[in-house]
Amino acid sequence: MHLYVKIKKKLAGFVLDVEFEAAEGVFALLGSSGCGKSMTLKCIAGIERPDEGRIELGGRVLFDSDRRINLPPQKRHAGYLFQDYALFPNMTVLENVQAGLAGAVSQRTKKRMEKREMALEAGRILSRFHIDDLADRFPDRLSGGQKQRAAMARLIAQDPEIILLDEPFSALDSSLRWQLEQEMRSTLRSMKKPAIFVTHNRDEVFHMADTVCCIEAGKSGRVTSVRSFFEDPGTREAAILSGCKNLSAVEILGPSRLRAVDWGVELYLRKEIPPDTRYIGIRAHAFTAAKEEGSDNSLPLLGAEVLEDLFEWTISFRASPGGGTLQWKTAKTEAAGPSLPERLYLDSGKIMLLKGEQR
Amino acid sequence: MSELLSLLQKADWSPLFISLKTGIVATVICFFLGVFTARKVLKAGPKVRALADGILTLPMVLPPTASGFLLLLIFSLRRPLGQTLYESFGIRVVQTWLGCIIAASVIAFPLMYRNARAAFEQVDVNLVYAARTLGMSETKIFWKVILPAAGPGVVSGTILTFARALGEYGATSMLAGNIPGKTATISQKIAMVIQDGNYAAAGFWVVIILLIAFFIIVLMNLVSARGMKQVKRY
Repeated sequence: MHLYVKIKKKLAGFVLDVEFEAAEGVFALLGSSGCGKSMTLKCIAGIERPDEGRIELGGRVLFDSDRRINLPPQKRHAGYLFQDYALFPNMTVLENVQAGLAGAVSQRTKKRMEKREMALEAGRILSRFHIDDLADRFPDRLSGGQKQRAAMARLIAQDPEIILLDEPFSALDSSLRWQLEQEMRSTLRSMKKPAIFVTHNRDEVFHMADTVCCIEAGKSGRVTSVRSFFEDPGTREAAILSGCKNLSAVEILGPSRLRAVDWGVELYLRKEIPPDTRYIGIRAHAFTAAKEEGSDNSLPLLGAEVLEDLFEWTISFRASPGGGTLQWKTAKTEAAGPSLPERLYLDSGKIMLLKGEQR
Repeated sequence: MSELLSLLQKADWSPLFISLKTGIVATVICFFLGVFTARKVLKAGPKVRALADGILTLPMVLPPTASGFLLLLIFSLRRPLGQTLYESFGIRVVQTWLGCIIAASVIAFPLMYRNARAAFEQVDVNLVYAARTLGMSETKIFWKVILPAAGPGVVSGTILTFARALGEYGATSMLAGNIPGKTATISQKIAMVIQDGNYAAAGFWVVIILLIAFFIIVLMNLVSARGMKQVKRY
């Protein structure tokens, strides 16, 4: 199963213009809130209609503005997990799951499933999600995690060809998230269907997704594997979304030498700098206090201010008098506070070269 | 005391039955018509919606006698529609029980329509979206998702509609007249006996209508209290 999306839609303040392909596996759409990622999902599901473009799923055309095709959501077989789960409040958990079953059956085979058969199947799905004991509960008496499981059960009952997840963890306590992320990941793996996962949280992308695509102000970026996205985000916007704390505009001084304008330091690289490099990004964890193998750059640590986090120290500092501040994060080894060296060391392989509009 | 008993025995109960019959039939008509138009208006564009809303709410804002006058203009036997209805189908609206029903329906309709519309408006749109992605047909979505979610609002609208239809006076008196045993509703009976100076009979009917009204309000509170269970209080 393969999803192809290329759509444009005018929204308040900007134009949504996304293009991507997704195969089996979890595909993350990462973007800040209001960037159009949920709208993209709604367009795939058929809830919203794009102004133009094409959406294809496994060879089926779901939407094509040129050929005037716009399948109703009922015929798209897309399982949509809403941010607030959208369980039917007037139905019990069991009835919610049965609603998913009934919809799938009536849309695919055009004949009704027998009541008994349906109840059995719904029961099987409930036990798969470990919510058998909640079968007779109404949604308003469920916790956030239980609601998510019930909504997932309803979605699976529908036997979708693609799964669309709209910020599924944003309504949950952080203590619950980890377990539900695990459950969700194994569910999605076992489905062997494409899953589009919308989020603004880079940790969720790292935990859940195989591939990722950034959306910035309605425009989609390149599609990369999650690992290479965090190692080499490519653009300034993507670097911010990936959680990079230190960003600076650059001036290229030589084939492998550049000046970080915002910080007032010169840095060396072991490779040639592409001429379209506009920014660099350095993760807060990339600096080391002691010289290590590969430490081919060093920066002075000026005006350090220490902030204590739960498991690490965050030190903001300047690399030149009057330069912009940088962040350095280091693990807590002693409770008294980190020993601040005079210089910090940096492996030039950890400098991320970024494109982007000069601002 | 004996005076009251004899009054009860002698009393002509027809106004009560006419009122109840009119109220029930008008409520059934208003229910389907109100729910239907509320759905249609919600789906329409903003301009059509504003216009339609204005027209459909008009009977609530106009004095009932003005509505009655307009209805009389429409259904009078000397007018095209009234004439056609009578000559082709033998249907007479003016001075008949059908007139009672039409007058009550027209006056009570905005209550049903507005309550249903407000109830539909507050249904979480994601529920409808979810139902669509699950493959439910639009008809099924309406009966299984939208109507239950809008339930308390629709029910209280129905009860209010019944209450309004039951007590309708102005338009009914103009269109259906006050024919004892035929179109004389409780409210018309009260007006009539007061003109005759029969305060005891007026008081009797006032007590009856008071009891019904009180019963309706309590019923409505019970229904909305049930609906509130799913809604958080603030």
